[in-house]
Amino acid sequence: MSLVTETTAVADAPSPPLPSRSAGSGAAAPEDRVTVIGPKSPWAIFDLREVWQYRDLLLALAERDTKLRYRQTALGPIWVLLQPLIASGVFAVVFGKIAKLSSGSIPYFLFAYVGALGWNAFQVTLNRSSGSLVSNAHLVAKVYFPRLILPLSTLLTALIDLGVSLGLLAILLLVNHIPFGTGLLLIPVWLLLFMTLGLGVGLITGSLMVTYRDIGQIQGVLIQFGQYATPVGFSVAQILERTSQKFAILFTINPLTYLIEGLRWSVFGNLSGGAPSPAGVAYAAAMSVLILFFGMALFGREERRFADVI
Amino acid sequence: MSSNILSPVSPVSSVPPVPSDNGVARSKVQRKSDTAIEVSNIAKCYTILHEERQTSFTQAALSKARNPFQRPEKEVFWALNGVSFEVNRGEVVGIIGRNGAGKSTLLKVLSRITEPTRGTAKLHGRVGSLLEVGTGFHPELTGRENVFLNGAVLGMNRQEIERQFDAIVDFSGTEKFLDTPVKRYSSGMYVRLAFAVAAHLNPEILIVDEVLAVGDGDFQRKCLGKMKDVASQGRTILFVSHAMASIQQLCSRCVYLEKGKVRADGPTAYVIEEYISSGAEGVAEAAWDDLQTAPGNEVVRLIGTRVVDCKGKVSAEHKLSDPITLEMEFVVTRPGILFSPVFHIYNSYHVCVFHTTNWTDPVWGEREYEPGTYRAQVTVPGEWLNEGGYSATPIITRDTNNVLIKLDECLSFNVNDDGAGRGSFAGPIIGVLRPALPWTVTPVRE
Repeated sequence: MSLVTETTAVADAPSPPLPSRSAGSGAAAPEDRVTVIGPKSPWAIFDLREVWQYRDLLLALAERDTKLRYRQTALGPIWVLLQPLIASGVFAVVFGKIAKLSSGSIPYFLFAYVGALGWNAFQVTLNRSSGSLVSNAHLVAKVYFPRLILPLSTLLTALIDLGVSLGLLAILLLVNHIPFGTGLLLIPVWLLLFMTLGLGVGLITGSLMVTYRDIGQIQGVLIQFGQYATPVGFSVAQILERTSQKFAILFTINPLTYLIEGLRWSVFGNLSGGAPSPAGVAYAAAMSVLILFFGMALFGREERRFADVI
Repeated sequence: MSSNILSPVSPVSSVPPVPSDNGVARSKVQRKSDTAIEVSNIAKCYTILHEERQTSFTQAALSKARNPFQRPEKEVFWALNGVSFEVNRGEVVGIIGRNGAGKSTLLKVLSRITEPTRGTAKLHGRVGSLLEVGTGFHPELTGRENVFLNGAVLGMNRQEIERQFDAIVDFSGTEKFLDTPVKRYSSGMYVRLAFAVAAHLNPEILIVDEVLAVGDGDFQRKCLGKMKDVASQGRTILFVSHAMASIQQLCSRCVYLEKGKVRADGPTAYVIEEYISSGAEGVAEAAWDDLQTAPGNEVVRLIGTRVVDCKGKVSAEHKLSDPITLEMEFVVTRPGILFSPVFHIYNSYHVCVFHTTNWTDPVWGEREYEPGTYRAQVTVPGEWLNEGGYSATPIITRDTNNVLIKLDECLSFNVNDDGAGRGSFAGPIIGVLRPALPWTVTPVRE
């Protein structure tokens, strides 16, 4: 018997017994928790049980980011609204008034707002998830947790922004006397697909960004560009009428096209554009899932190096 | 475990054993297997690219395009190379070793921050690892918010933190400032709060890096006390430190790492002895021939540093009664910048014996340098340092406050007793220093 244990037990006789983490399930003995350390398989990332164990950290990080975003800002959460409002305003003027594109029977501003809403769901998820590793480099270098927690926690903060934007959408629909259709029930599905795609791309660029920081710059440029290769501020039909076949292909292969059209259809019904092609939607959904899968696989392969290179 | 017999005397060892409830504690600790940590043949390899590391994607692409067939020169560095040991439940084990021996890498592997290249480790029980105090603390958040955030980062769940919240606040002594952003805390308060969270982590296995190196002396004692408490509850602790004094106080057993391998493993007293005596070789000189790769940056580079004896010879062996000169040579490449050469001297227990610089030198102290090569020297008088091994860290600061170059303990030397100042006394003379001080004795006539 070790002397240390003996003496200490005496010293701390009155101190409470080890508070066991498994207080609830009492029976779980310390022996049950065995951590095996060794070279890990890159596919282990698809085992999400550990992420679930660390859900409190995920929440804490999301809470931190949300608090920090608005602390010491005068306007606070209004910034969340300002950005899509300004974007929609610009689209309404440039495409609606100057280029005289049609938005069906919907006010152009509102038409563009819905586009911007979908685009933001994608873009905010992409930006935050890809940047989460580098901006938490300190944590990555000093503590263990499933690295996937970092990009996942940004999903929550993006959801908060989305919630606020959706609230504003409801107000805008009321103000413009647009009936609430049953299609609105599909909105979560579209947003989920936007975020799936955003997270998938974000995992890819985020993994690479750990080693090459300029991936972040490239991503910024591509997002700028992507906003116009996606029918955010205009409808696809209007653009396809006016452009060459070569340019049109950009919209055809872009999965976001179908998601934006789908979201607009859910909100406006047949008042604008109409239903997207089922094949297109299936393609977009498949691409989103595929890219997410690829992103996770790449992340799983790269995450083992994060702490060494970050 | 015979090693435990040699464990340091803890203040309570004289208290007679109390049976009843520690019997319970013990049986809890000893259930089934007695092993808490099994490390077997862990190796960790880092690849060092011998060209400027390309952190920019375009740079990497460009250099690939220029020399498509030239592979970057790679050097493989084994930070850990086949480390194996076992730790029993309730044991407090110190990990010691010189800079670069692999201590931090081992901790990182055992904390799962980085993956081993080879080998496995098994940890039985909940692991808490403290590689620094206050990981995840955010300056903009309040004390309260940081407690929850830091707790989550360390692996506590929310209920646990809530349950421990009052104890944490109590331990830190910051209750008045709980709703103040921690950026307004004094550094002492900040560290106290951060450590308080960590101290309430309650893991079964605690992995600690030199967190005790922070805070003032009082706080360090408090931390050490808390660690002793934790150890006394039958938890397993793995403690990395340079500070032999803390290791001696805390650990019954030590693992001594050298060049990524276990050089010694056993009772603390024995391993520390081995550690100290193995420092005997000494590194009296470090020099860099190539100005481009010498330590430093575009304004100043250190091209050499050495320990010189009184005859001007570079040597790691010095007599106690002889003066020892430390020198550094540096090249200044930009005019008009204020530099100061600094040395930190540590003894073999990693106590910083002194800090010295030339601030008060009327000619060269705190002044701006013109481009050129300079040699800065400082002489430690004879009969000043006690016998033993020392290491020196050369530092060059810019504008007094900014450390530009710091080579941790890149020099080492020994001071050997030559009988100076000991009269006819033959035993060991204690003390960090052994200065020859002027004594007077005056007969006082009543």
